[in-house]
Amino acid sequence: MEVPILKQGRFLIATIQAALSDADLLQLRRALIDKVIHFRSNGVIIDVTALDVMDSFATRTLRDITNMIRLRGADTVIVGIQPEVAFAMVQLGLTMEGVATALDLEEGLAHLQQRASGKS
Amino acid sequence: MPALQDIVVAIRSDADIVSARQQGRSLATAIGFSATDATLIATAISELARNIVMYAGQGEVMMNSVEISHRKGIVLGARDSGPGIRSIEDVLRDGYSTSGGLGLGLPGVKRLMDEFAIESELGQGTLVTVKMWLK
Amino acid sequence: MSSNKRSASQEQRTAAQSTELLQELVAHLRQNRTQLREEWANRITEARLLTAMTKDELFAEATSVYDNYVEALATGTFEALQSYARNLSERIIPRGVETHEVVGIVLLLRDVLARSLFAKYQGDFMMLNRILDAYEPAANRIANTVAVGFVQERERVIRQQQEAIRELSTPVLQVRERLLILPIIGVIDAQRARQLTEQLLRGIRMNRAKVVVIDITGVAAMDATVANHLVQTVEASRLLGATVIVTGLSPEIAQTIVTIGVDLGKMNTVGDLQGGIEQAERLLGYKVIPVADTASS
Repeated sequence: MEVPILKQGRFLIATIQAALSDADLLQLRRALIDKVIHFRSNGVIIDVTALDVMDSFATRTLRDITNMIRLRGADTVIVGIQPEVAFAMVQLGLTMEGVATALDLEEGLAHLQQRASGKS
Repeated sequence: MPALQDIVVAIRSDADIVSARQQGRSLATAIGFSATDATLIATAISELARNIVMYAGQGEVMMNSVEISHRKGIVLGARDSGPGIRSIEDVLRDGYSTSGGLGLGLPGVKRLMDEFAIESELGQGTLVTVKMWLK
Repeated sequence: MSSNKRSASQEQRTAAQSTELLQELVAHLRQNRTQLREEWANRITEARLLTAMTKDELFAEATSVYDNYVEALATGTFEALQSYARNLSERIIPRGVETHEVVGIVLLLRDVLARSLFAKYQGDFMMLNRILDAYEPAANRIANTVAVGFVQERERVIRQQQEAIRELSTPVLQVRERLLILPIIGVIDAQRARQLTEQLLRGIRMNRAKVVVIDITGVAAMDATVANHLVQTVEASRLLGATVIVTGLSPEIAQTIVTIGVDLGKMNTVGDLQGGIEQAERLLGYKVIPVADTASS
């Protein structure tokens, strides 16, 4: 299932639906890099509100995405991690260090805007 | 409570990982686990199923409710006929992290669940059995 | 060889007889239902059991239990009895009925029925013996089923109550917009620590908190497990976009945290709660102007 990616000004917003398979995540990674390059985006928000499980693969891939997008000079922020999911993640030892996180879309945008203004 | 049949999910591709954890969540909720615990269980299933895909190519995840001396819980099994694990000690050591390389994430799963057991034989396969009890 | 066959068929005969006897017993119990039930209800009142119920309620429940009891004897299956026992327990536990009362009334019923069997078969000692042999195991199983059903339900209720108490005793306070304070007081065990984390995370989401101050001044001691939970709480909060400031860290607890391998430099810690709140406000962008901030000589 393809993840919808919307353009909002200089930012991209990818909204993940539940039941995301490994292949879907890898497809998302490809699509985001392509779009960041194409639109010369400053930042990317990945909304995982609908994700009911975040395991090691999801965490690894989100980190990969963050790093690859950083190579294009853009920031990534993950938003919408559910309380139960966050709890399971830390129990499993997945802390996603180096990846910015925010509560929701609004916070995510604020974060990106702050980063963008800080850079110039 | 009459014994239910094991729910068995064949794991052959990453799409099956999603199916396995969704069924695990349903079963956990039916048994009476909280949303948080159901997520822990689904996450553990995801890790175990992924190990099967990554290291054995195929296998199965079994899940069932369990009741011992009036204590209710869930039991999960992840079985494959893959290459087996050379050193169980190594994979259970906390240094084998899932965040870095292609670790098996077993120390994490062990932390998540109440009971954890693993059997493996080189060339034969691996069986991981875990349990979580209703609190 | 032939003796084996005989004992096998003998067993069959005994089992068939037992069923026959039970059917006879069940018929007797059904015939004398009104009288036995009343006798039982009276014995219950005499023994001062189920005082939490009115006479009418007691009679209604007694009727249900009696009928379920006889039904279990008749069919030899206990599922219906089990679910009835749970159902009954659900209803009477909130009324304050205790375990010994439930066990007591079931044993009284057993006694009432046994006595009525004595009365009926007093002329035929052999028959009485056989009927009791058929009755005993079934009666035991019934008593067990009801008692265990009750106890299980009670344990479930107690668990629920404990959960509720724990929730009440760990308030997550919103003092400013986007700022939550979680004062932890007393003894924390692993379970409570876990519950605190869950509550805090939910609180962060609900209040859209950006900063959380966890004050552990009131925590006497902390073992490595709980210290681990604290670290996990900090990490999980970050995943929800919130920064955590830990205040009130005693030297002992700081030591425990360092011992489990956590770099305290990574954890945001401030001496006391007040300091923590000020730090939080700074993080949130509130201008904090100290009153006496004059250039010092």
